[in-house]
Formats: sequence, C-alpha cells, structure tokens
Amino acid sequence: MSLTREQIAQRAAQEIESGFYVNLGIGIPTLVANYIPADKHVVLQSENGLLGIGPYPREAEIDPELINAGKETITMIPGSSLFSSAESFAMIRGGHINLSILGGMEVSARGDLANWVVPGKMVKGPGGAMDLVNGAKRVVVIMDHCSKDGAPKIVKNCTLPLTGKQVVHRIITDLAVIDVTARGLELKEIAPGSTLADLRQATGAELIVDPGLKRIEV
Amino acid sequence: MKVRNSIDEAINDIRDGATIMAGGFGLVGIPEKLIEGLLRKGVKNLTIISNNCGIDDYALGTLLRSRQIRKMVASYVGENKEFERQFLAGELELEFVPQGTLAERIRAGGAGIPAFYTPAGVGTELARDKEIRSFAGKDYVLETALRADFSFVKAWKGDRAGNLVYNKTSCNFNPMMAAAGKVTVAEVEELLEIGALDANFIHTPGVYVQRVVQCSGHEKRIERRTVSS
Repeated sequence: MSLTREQIAQRAAQEIESGFYVNLGIGIPTLVANYIPADKHVVLQSENGLLGIGPYPREAEIDPELINAGKETITMIPGSSLFSSAESFAMIRGGHINLSILGGMEVSARGDLANWVVPGKMVKGPGGAMDLVNGAKRVVVIMDHCSKDGAPKIVKNCTLPLTGKQVVHRIITDLAVIDVTARGLELKEIAPGSTLADLRQATGAELIVDPGLKRIEV
Repeated sequence: MKVRNSIDEAINDIRDGATIMAGGFGLVGIPEKLIEGLLRKGVKNLTIISNNCGIDDYALGTLLRSRQIRKMVASYVGENKEFERQFLAGELELEFVPQGTLAERIRAGGAGIPAFYTPAGVGTELARDKEIRSFAGKDYVLETALRADFSFVKAWKGDRAGNLVYNKTSCNFNPMMAAAGKVTVAEVEELLEIGALDANFIHTPGVYVQRVVQCSGHEKRIERRTVSS
C-alpha cells in the first residue's frame, strides 16, 4: 500500500525539529505545514521576503500584499520579519535555513535533482529552487516513487535538466524513505504493505538496505 | 525636485530599446501605474528585468500583448500563455536566472560589484559557458551584475526626498532595483513631506531614487485567493 499525498506530507513533517527555520516548496510541500505539531516552534520562510508564514487568512483578513512563494494569500505569525529578495536569498544561500522541502521529478543515486523542466511543456523557469537546493543546510525531496506512466523517478543518472548537482539529502516517496549517502542510496523506511522486491522493481538505482529498516509511520 | 506630477511626465524620456527593471513578485509590489504608462507611451524593443512577467491581461503581460518587449530576464514566467506563444514563435528572447541569483545580480549592479560567485546553478544548463571556480572544495559559478536604464519601483509610502517604505511582501525586488537603475522612478501610494517618515524605518534611502510620483487606484490584483476554512 502506498502513502497518499497527505501521508507523504505528514511523514515529511517529521523531518522538522523545534527551532528550525524551514522553506517549503510549492504544491505538496506546502501541505507539510498542516502536519507540524503545535508544540514544535518552527518558522516558515517564504522566499519572496517573509520569515513567519501563518495560516491562510479568513476572508476579512486577506491582504493582497501578503503572499507566499506560491502567490497564495497568507498571514504572518507574531514575531515575523519582512525583507527584500536579496536578503531572503542571502539567508538561503548563506546556510541559515535549516531545511528545504521541495518536489522532484527525478533524483539520482548521487543526489542530483531535476525538478524545473517538465518534459513536453514550455519551460517556466527555475524560480528559487536552484538557490534553495544549494543553500539550505538540508534538502528533502518529496515525490511519488514512480511517474504516472510507472517509470522510476529515482534513477542512476537524471535524464531531465538538473536543478542541482549532489544536493539532495533525503527522498520521501509514497513507498519509501531513502537517504543519499556517500555509499549510495540507503533505504531507511518502507511503506506499510510494500515489499523490498516491489521497491527494487520501482527504483531505477541500487538500494542499500539499512540494517535498522523500519516501516513508515504516519 | 524629484516629484513628478504624472506617470507620463515621469517616463517621458524613455526611448525604444531601453532596459527597464520592474519590481514585484507575482503581482505583489509591481509598479502597475508605470507599466500602464509604458503601454500608453508605446516604446518598443524593451529589455525587461523582472522576477516574473505578469499575467495575460495585467501587469507586464499587457506589454507582451502590445509587442513592446523584445527580451525578458526573469526567474519564472509560468502564468502567461502569450509569453509561451511569443517565445515558441521566436519573437521573444528569454534569459532565465535563478531567483536568488537575479536578486543578487541586481543588488551587485547597484552596489558597484561587477560580478560574484554563487553555488546556485552549478552543474545545470543555466551555468553553461560560465566560469566555474572552486572555493574550499565547492564549485561556484561566476554571475555578472545587472543594471538598467530605468528602474520602476512601487512603494507604499515615499517622501519628496525619494525615501521609500514598502508594505509587507511587496518589498521583494524593489529595493535592489531602486539602486541598480540609472534613473529610478518610484510610484508611491502616499507621498509625504520631508521629515514625515521615521528615518529609523526607511527601506530605500532617497539617494537611489530620481523621480517620485504619487498614484491612486492601485488594483493590487490577487493571483491566488486562499482562505482558511
């Protein structure tokens, strides 16, 4: 049985420690915010110039000049700060953001990430992804294990144009949690109901199985 | 000396072929009245440096429709069908820049730094043909500064000396662009007398701003209206 999108987001939320400054990418990564426990003190960064993203506003609270990187209307938590794009990327590039969680189309065995060029579609641009993957202290990619047509998205070498080279630390998919290590891809957790054989079948690169392998808990 | 009475007066010396920076992220913090002014003026073959290119019927998207843009320098141009059509037809030149690199290239331009090394883009097609240099065992790509003939910025409050204050996430690219423009034009919602702004809280010092125009009726269109249930 594979994880739903919400469950992937839920598992990804477990990566966040109290005291972290975190950047969440557009799409499923944004959902991760819904699963951060209230007792953890976490500050979410929005690369358009805000530390301290709050929940979506109530209708009466909407401010057209307060948005996240996905251009959605948001609110600020108490203690937030606002700044320019240069400042925003200085804190990203300078290693001040503890964790970046973003989506992926392909991740290679060496941690290369491809996520900015969709095959067959007009290229929209990298946005802030190339800066984030090279700047954040830790980069976690969340994605489906295979593409819609069943092809593995974890591969020996990426075929799509890269977003960053050797930048990914951990991959969380609907089937597994995998770390990129100096020895190769290490399987840390496997989805309930999945077997190692299924997983190897669905993965386009060698997997080293962690002796402490466990089931994903969400 | 810096105050202009109208947008048209503030941009009357812009010619065809100019390079123009326009602030904003998505539709927030864009100089919407100055963009409307460019549309009225009809100057062509413009190079526009801006994080995005508006949407089809609003903001920089309107200058695409009117065929006034020859080249776009941006990090993301996703929300625009006309952009796609012109680009695929070879009518529009496009330079993609990673967002942080774009912000820093503009900052460098205004700060007198000709180029800098950044890790963003190393090993990707955006670093192709650019110098790569290793520092402490890590590779970086050399990126050059950006400047513009004109920078268009949008501020919440400004004074007659050109000091500016931005509201919330409308700050984004505006401060760096203000410094990187040979002529910087600020459209402000509220124009104040000198001394009315608290000097402790000025975002853009007036030295960077050559012209200020007060505008009313900003649309501030919302791209994705999301509310909590």
